[in-house]
Amino acid sequence: MRKESIVYMEGVTVSFDGFLALKNMSFYMDYGELRSMIGPNGAGKSTMLDVICGKTRATKGRVIFGKNDVNITKMPEHDIVKAGVGRKFQNPSIFSNLTVYENFELSLRKTRGVIPTLFAKTTSKDREKIYSVLETVGLTEKANGKAGALSHGEKQWVEIGMVVAQDPELVLLDEPVAGMSIQETERTAELILSINKNHSVLVIDHDMDFIKNIAQKVTVLHDGTVLCEGTMDEVQKDERVIEKYLGRGKE
Amino acid sequence: MSNISYKKERNTKEWIIAGSVLFVFLIIIPLLNTLPGEDSWFRVSSFRLNLLGKFCCFAILALGLNLAWGYTGILSLGQGVYFGLGGYCMAMYLILKVGASGHYGSVLPDFMVWNGLTELPWFWKPMNYAWIAIPCVVIVPMALAGGFGYMLFRSRVRGVYFAIVTQALSLVLAITLVGNQPYTGGTNGLNDFRTIFGLPLRGPDLPRTEFVLYIATIIILFGAYMLCRWITRSKLGKVLVAIRDDENRVRFSGYDVANFKIFIFMVAAGLAGLGGALFVPQVGIIAPANVGIVPSIEMTLWVAVGGRGTLVGPVIGALLVNAAKSGFSESFPTIWLYFLGALFLGVVVVFPKGVIDIPNMIKRAWRKKSKRAEVDVGSVGGVEKSSKLSGKISTEETNVT
Repeated sequence: MRKESIVYMEGVTVSFDGFLALKNMSFYMDYGELRSMIGPNGAGKSTMLDVICGKTRATKGRVIFGKNDVNITKMPEHDIVKAGVGRKFQNPSIFSNLTVYENFELSLRKTRGVIPTLFAKTTSKDREKIYSVLETVGLTEKANGKAGALSHGEKQWVEIGMVVAQDPELVLLDEPVAGMSIQETERTAELILSINKNHSVLVIDHDMDFIKNIAQKVTVLHDGTVLCEGTMDEVQKDERVIEKYLGRGKE
Repeated sequence: MSNISYKKERNTKEWIIAGSVLFVFLIIIPLLNTLPGEDSWFRVSSFRLNLLGKFCCFAILALGLNLAWGYTGILSLGQGVYFGLGGYCMAMYLILKVGASGHYGSVLPDFMVWNGLTELPWFWKPMNYAWIAIPCVVIVPMALAGGFGYMLFRSRVRGVYFAIVTQALSLVLAITLVGNQPYTGGTNGLNDFRTIFGLPLRGPDLPRTEFVLYIATIIILFGAYMLCRWITRSKLGKVLVAIRDDENRVRFSGYDVANFKIFIFMVAAGLAGLGGALFVPQVGIIAPANVGIVPSIEMTLWVAVGGRGTLVGPVIGALLVNAAKSGFSESFPTIWLYFLGALFLGVVVVFPKGVIDIPNMIKRAWRKKSKRAEVDVGSVGGVEKSSKLSGKISTEETNVT
């Protein structure tokens, strides 16, 4: 089982000045999976993604990533990206003063040192990749507009596109449909399903309908630990979940 | 396709403008300095030419500072440090060239003699050689900026905190220079140079040397401009803007942000050093007063006045502010500082994006006006209200773009 997992978290604890955001949490996910993660506010969902991508450091425990079992627990952020982890943040964080095209151009998987970047030439292969990403997220027509001028939903797509352009093995999406209209949410669900064809995806969100749309396997997080795991149906029937989360949120 | 041809069109336009500006500074102004008679109205006096040369040294620095501040968002309030280091390297070389023809007839610079030194300090010795001193003009500032940047950017010091530390450094350098008079010339700095590469820096032939220095400065300024243009148009240039927009996103796009910041801070320091080195022979002195906090802050004002994040803006800003400074001080010797203050306030309040933005502002105002006219024609009552509304909308638009 170990060999197939793309990410494997082992006894991870994160302490913010004594407050435990994650408590001895263990979690693993297989290659090619589209995993959804739900849980009430403060359950530690975002913190967990932060630990995987290196934004927050685990106080205890370790994170193993990829086929070669790379220990990424203490790696610098940009090296984790190189290892193959792409992260979309909760609030769209994009480069507002660059065009959508340039946003994707900078995200391409290339040598990213200072000097190679200074002399970098955009090859026709790069351009193809950028256009294919533009198409995937449906922003081809806005390619040459400043990213900052887009609507909130479109910005979310730009950031998803940036992560896709990085061509990571594992895509981490933090509330990708926050602040989106119903149509936009549906489009995003389709988008995530299409990304899942080539990448393993881990999505966290509050929106239950959205999760139902895309969910294959769901992990419920509560109080910094995994409460239960299974299909959407299984999870919804789980008594602990009903008590702790679904019941309180829905009825 | 249409996009590409549009870009080409803009390029030709840009080259025509750049070419004619260069033509004016490199051909017309020098000709006006030599051809018309002494009293002719068209004559650009050697004094003015020299002043312009000095302003252009500042423009070289402003170009570099703009790469750091305007493009990458690293506000340095200590650019005087790098300007000063470049200037002092140059001045050390020039003062050693005076040799034994100083007041005391010693091979040591005069100030060392009256400070009781009997031997040249070790760090002065290499400065005897042009092939060491001239590269040092750029290398020393870049090395300091590299080390300084490494420490601060690695530990993710940024924004105001970074600005404060850079400012502290400029104070440290100024105090060090003043405090070590036997080695640095103290408050008086280094001055009283005789020659540069065989050309006299005093006496009746001085204007000729200044003429040569002016031409050299313009050429180097143009070179610096081209360098900045190349950097900002490369992929690295886009990474810099990206760092300004959202540093975290750059990090999680796989770039080591600190390295990029260190690099651009070093380039800025190198350009500042170059500016300082060209400043020294043209002005004849470099002193702690040129490197401290006040001049350092003034440097950021040049960039702000000209227009941050544009290539030409800082050059215009440096020339404009310094021209205004010398103009005001000549015309109003007692109260010129107030005028200068008013200029800064005025520009920052009225043109927040710098004077380079004036054409755009006029265009926007024009569009607003025509929109208002439409509203006036279209509605009978409530004209005032709707025109106010359209005004509000268009200001919002400008904020977005």
